[in-house]
Amino acid sequence: MRRAGSKLHVSDTDTEVLVRAEGLFKVFGRRTHDAVEKLRRGTPRDEIDGVTAAVIDASFEVHRGEIFVVMGLSGSGKSTLIRMINGLHDATAGSLTILGDDITKISDKKLREIRRDRISMVFQHFALLPHRTVVDNVAYPLELQGVAQSERVAKANEILELVGLGGWGEKLPHQLSGGMQQRVGIARALASDTDILLMDEAFSALDPLIRREMQEQLVELQQKLHKTIIFITHDLNEAMFLGDRIAVMRDGRIVQIGTPEDILTDPANDYVEQFVQDVDRARVLTAANVMEKPLTVVPATAGPRTALKTMRDAYSSAAYVVDRNRKLLGTIDDRDAIKLVRKGERSISGVVKNDATTVGVNDVLVDLFIPSVESKLAIAVTDDDERLVGVIPRVTLLAALGPGPNATEEITLPVQPVPTTVIDQVLDASEDGQPLIAPATGYEEVH
Amino acid sequence: MLENFRLPVGDWAESILDWINDTFEWLLDFISFVVGFLVEELANGLAAVPAIAMVVVLAAIAWFFRSWQLAVGTVVTMTIIVGMDLWEEAMYTLAMVLIATLIAIIIAVPVGIGAARNATMSAIVKPILDFMQTMPAFIYLLIAVLFFHIGFVPGVFATIFFAIAPGVRMTELGIRGVDSETVEASQAFGATPGQILRGVQLPLAMPSIMAGVNQVIMLSLSMAVVAGMAGANGLGKEVISAISTIDIPSGVEAGLGIVFLAVFLDRVTAALGNPADFKGSILGAIQRRRRRARDARADDEAARIESEKEQAVKMRQPMAPL
Repeated sequence: MRRAGSKLHVSDTDTEVLVRAEGLFKVFGRRTHDAVEKLRRGTPRDEIDGVTAAVIDASFEVHRGEIFVVMGLSGSGKSTLIRMINGLHDATAGSLTILGDDITKISDKKLREIRRDRISMVFQHFALLPHRTVVDNVAYPLELQGVAQSERVAKANEILELVGLGGWGEKLPHQLSGGMQQRVGIARALASDTDILLMDEAFSALDPLIRREMQEQLVELQQKLHKTIIFITHDLNEAMFLGDRIAVMRDGRIVQIGTPEDILTDPANDYVEQFVQDVDRARVLTAANVMEKPLTVVPATAGPRTALKTMRDAYSSAAYVVDRNRKLLGTIDDRDAIKLVRKGERSISGVVKNDATTVGVNDVLVDLFIPSVESKLAIAVTDDDERLVGVIPRVTLLAALGPGPNATEEITLPVQPVPTTVIDQVLDASEDGQPLIAPATGYEEVH
Repeated sequence: MLENFRLPVGDWAESILDWINDTFEWLLDFISFVVGFLVEELANGLAAVPAIAMVVVLAAIAWFFRSWQLAVGTVVTMTIIVGMDLWEEAMYTLAMVLIATLIAIIIAVPVGIGAARNATMSAIVKPILDFMQTMPAFIYLLIAVLFFHIGFVPGVFATIFFAIAPGVRMTELGIRGVDSETVEASQAFGATPGQILRGVQLPLAMPSIMAGVNQVIMLSLSMAVVAGMAGANGLGKEVISAISTIDIPSGVEAGLGIVFLAVFLDRVTAALGNPADFKGSILGAIQRRRRRARDARADDEAARIESEKEQAVKMRQPMAPL
């Protein structure tokens, strides 16, 4: 399994901003503008009477093609925030630009046009029209766009097939299971072919197994469709799985925005740190996040002596062999290298074995355990062109699962292993019946 | 000082009503003409149809919307009305109830919609409805007679005032009761308020609105006797004359006639709200057949797509080694 957000590294270069929020406030109650002033001055929201500050000074950008997850517990203001993006709630202060239009300043008519043509939404409890068939539900946004009956039914059937509901169009929503109903919800949101998709706790009402399936299906769809998705959730694992970037909200404020890895490895404050404690790190962190610089690498052009030296310096019994472009060719072990040196061979190409255990940079840690166990070397991490970009020793893999920001920093082993020659000496010495104390001091000398 | 304290509220009311009567005489006359015309025509029309044909039609309506049992009951009760020689009176009462209900609904539904969408309007409408429902019905009759003299029209007028409240309330309740996420969803896809009302709120509020209509009809029938006091022809007038002459037999007969009409109208309109619940009705049977056909089509379609997929998977797999 690859991380859902794997294309993130692509979208970093494509920074077209579809949604931009600047200093966004939503305050319910009376005298809201006074409240905004107080909040701007830093008054905590509990200390302002008579109003409910749902969103406080939110600023963020959402780029084309990314899944932007807003995560927070109930009452953190995330649902209010998503409803401001399509104008279901109007902003008390601040600006919110959707594809160039500031929706805090436009007429109702223009707002409806934006909702019809640019933004669609998936709801927590599906919000299907119970009196319409599935296909008519999916066609509803097209109906509002003024698409002709036959055309919209054809389009709706097409999209139903895309979400795996081909043939269910004539049923009524209540005849479908929860997971299927939400697929109808997603199909409806896709039908109008908008750039932006808002998903408000879209999978929270589903059973855990179905939820997982839907998350994976969403990722699959996203790889086909490249929508810009703003996804609201209270489930951190879901956020980590889906998000290219995550905004963590607390008490109406955005406390951190970053990639799942950023949030996990570099939490902005104690709150975020506490929050991420329970995350299944093995499903979030990727090989690229934890890999180390490969030390035991020899070029294919090198001789057996170089190979042997490299292994000795790294206390390793084998080394990776790469070509001129760092493409991984295989491994060489110390026995073969010693044989070659003794024979006086100049090239190692004859003994390179194609038995390297390789993983991709975007593979999540949970998929690395078995390879790691089976590999004689630290597992090799390769990019899409099969170039060796890093290695992951078993200890690194283990340490990455622990909490705390230091987990993914380079691991230095607490104790260097005793070289085999020393051990041999010790064993030789102890045969004479001498006390074991003496060679231990001898080791100091050798070292 | 207090012994001289007397608020002449009644006098004020009378002068206001007199003023209205004088100022809007043309309007009241116009209303009187239109409503009177409608009721008379409908009543005469209903009464002109041979009683047997009418009984058959009513029974058919009962079967279509509800069940064959109600159809049988309708035949029996209507035949009893014919047998009591009250058929013409029953048709007059039916006409008046139908017209009053129609006008009440034409007013009540829009007001209910307005109240559901606007908190201020709701706050204004609510006490007015309370006032209208608690004011004794005879007072309306008094006012109605002042405005419209005697006959059907004051009866209809008083009936509307008395019966309109549940129509407004149930409409408001029904529309407010539509799942807010569903309404939000249509908003989110860019529907105008009118599109939301027509496409989502009214269809989903329909059972509640129909329950309101049912209540309006029931209250209208209960006003039939009061309307009889204003000289409106029908079963109510029979009841009133029976009371004034202490004529027990004709009183009981007229009363029974009202009850039979009430049962018929109640059962039919109750079924209108949710036809799917009445499996014995012709309408329900038609809907179910349509539904089954659709389901069958959907199942066939799903099976076809499934087998196509399997076929595609098989094609992609390499041939098994021999």
